[in-house]
Amino acid sequence: MLELKNISYYGEDDTPVLKDISLRLEDRKFYVITGPNGGGKSSLAKVIMGIYRPSAGRIFLDGEDITDLDVTERARRGIGFAFQQPPRFKGITVGELLQLASGSQKAAAGCNQLVEVGLCPKDYAAREVNGSLSGGELKRVEIATLLGRKLKIAIFDEPEAGIDLWSFGRLTETFRRLHASNEQTTVIISHQERILELADEIILVAEGRVQERGEKERLMARILQECDCSKNCLERAVGANECR
Amino acid sequence: MNAVERRILKEVAGLHEVPHGAYNIRKNGEGIGRVSTANIEIRPKEDKPGIDVIVKPGTKGESVHIPVIITETGVEDLVYNTFYVGEGADVLIVAGCGIHNPGARRSQHDGIHNFVIRRGARVRYVEKHYGEGDGAGSRVLNPKTVVEIEEDGYAEFELVQIRGVDSTKRRTEAVLHKNAHLIITERLLTHGSQHAESEMLVELSGENSAAQIISRSVAQEDSTQVFYPRLAGFAKCRGHVQCDAIIMDRAVVRAIPEIAAHHADARLVHEAAIGKIAGEQIIKLMSLGLTEKEAEETILQGFLK
Repeated sequence: MLELKNISYYGEDDTPVLKDISLRLEDRKFYVITGPNGGGKSSLAKVIMGIYRPSAGRIFLDGEDITDLDVTERARRGIGFAFQQPPRFKGITVGELLQLASGSQKAAAGCNQLVEVGLCPKDYAAREVNGSLSGGELKRVEIATLLGRKLKIAIFDEPEAGIDLWSFGRLTETFRRLHASNEQTTVIISHQERILELADEIILVAEGRVQERGEKERLMARILQECDCSKNCLERAVGANECR
Repeated sequence: MNAVERRILKEVAGLHEVPHGAYNIRKNGEGIGRVSTANIEIRPKEDKPGIDVIVKPGTKGESVHIPVIITETGVEDLVYNTFYVGEGADVLIVAGCGIHNPGARRSQHDGIHNFVIRRGARVRYVEKHYGEGDGAGSRVLNPKTVVEIEEDGYAEFELVQIRGVDSTKRRTEAVLHKNAHLIITERLLTHGSQHAESEMLVELSGENSAAQIISRSVAQEDSTQVFYPRLAGFAKCRGHVQCDAIIMDRAVVRAIPEIAAHHADARLVHEAAIGKIAGEQIIKLMSLGLTEKEAEETILQGFLK
């Protein structure tokens, strides 16, 4: 179980980004964090991973205070994070990155993970994680870096961004299966209705606070009501005539 | 050979014992072992120090190793090596120089290498430079490589200097004829107060000739590096220069690529970038469980691979 107690975080120029957030994430549950841009969702995830140090408050993983642990130590305790905008690495191949992720020296490490994200291992394992990968390909590789690990809590920051609609269905299926088989807590930051639908619980973050949390049936109806744009325009265009 | 010599040989030529195929091993300014094969002849030059390596036309899948090791202080070694690679041959040439300087005086090796790559021949050339030693004496390597590739010839040059060489000035010149293709990959890591300079001039003279120059370097601590890669196109040709450097600590890196087109159908491109390791790269690898130091080493290793 991951527990945040009274977490505050100030960004550049001392702007308050997270304001006194207390949150408990139960084992093996599937959470989706949603809310407007700039509301603090990514910062919250980065505070959990240890990339940002909170200005106040404590974080506990299975009862252990991990507030002062760095990114490496948190990773080794089973926290994983897929970046919204993953970095590129000249000279490091997709296969090598997945080997580093899984901690395995085997050349075949990562094959299954690539298949899971819809990339053919034969085509991609030897490719460098450099500018030759498209944004969508890079994003899928980033997601794959979390799939081969034994994690207690896997956090994905807007995994759908940059991934084409045709692969998107497969990806949501991957998240569903992954969650069912891995016995981990899954946290996805997303605006996508199809990802929201996967959640056991939805957490609405806005203005640096948890505004509301609850079962998806109740919260989704409210979110959809409040915001006409919650469905991606393209997605609507595929199913309806309204954009034609 | 003693342990130091064996270690250096392994660093520069990947050799544990005497190699298969043709070889020439030079130690402290003198040849200590030479073997020719039926297809590859190695013979000493008569007018100056150095060797001629003659690869018979059509020789396939053979290799030549010509490592140089220096284990004494105060050695100043200058050699002229010429490689004639016959028509249609396909060979691997492994050169390289390692200096273990135990004393206070400068030890230096300047290798002047000439390559004549005949019609349709293919060559892979690997040159590794390495330095070590406890003494205050500097380790200096100033290689000069001159290459001519005839019609339909192909050559890959891999020039590597990772750690230990105090000062290097490398010059590389190449002329490419019709349909000839050259790839030069240079990888360099300097540290301490080392200085490295690399100047290259590749002339694309023949129709449909093509060249790529790829330079990857890491400059650490107080070291300095200067790159002058130049491509000149005199016919319908393609050329690409790519200079990439990671800069760290208090190092200085200058990259001055030049492309010159003397023909309307010459397509030449250069790219150059210098920057430090991005913070997100380190954090990403840390989030996979690597320490900050391991993350940095992994990034540098990949970059210089």
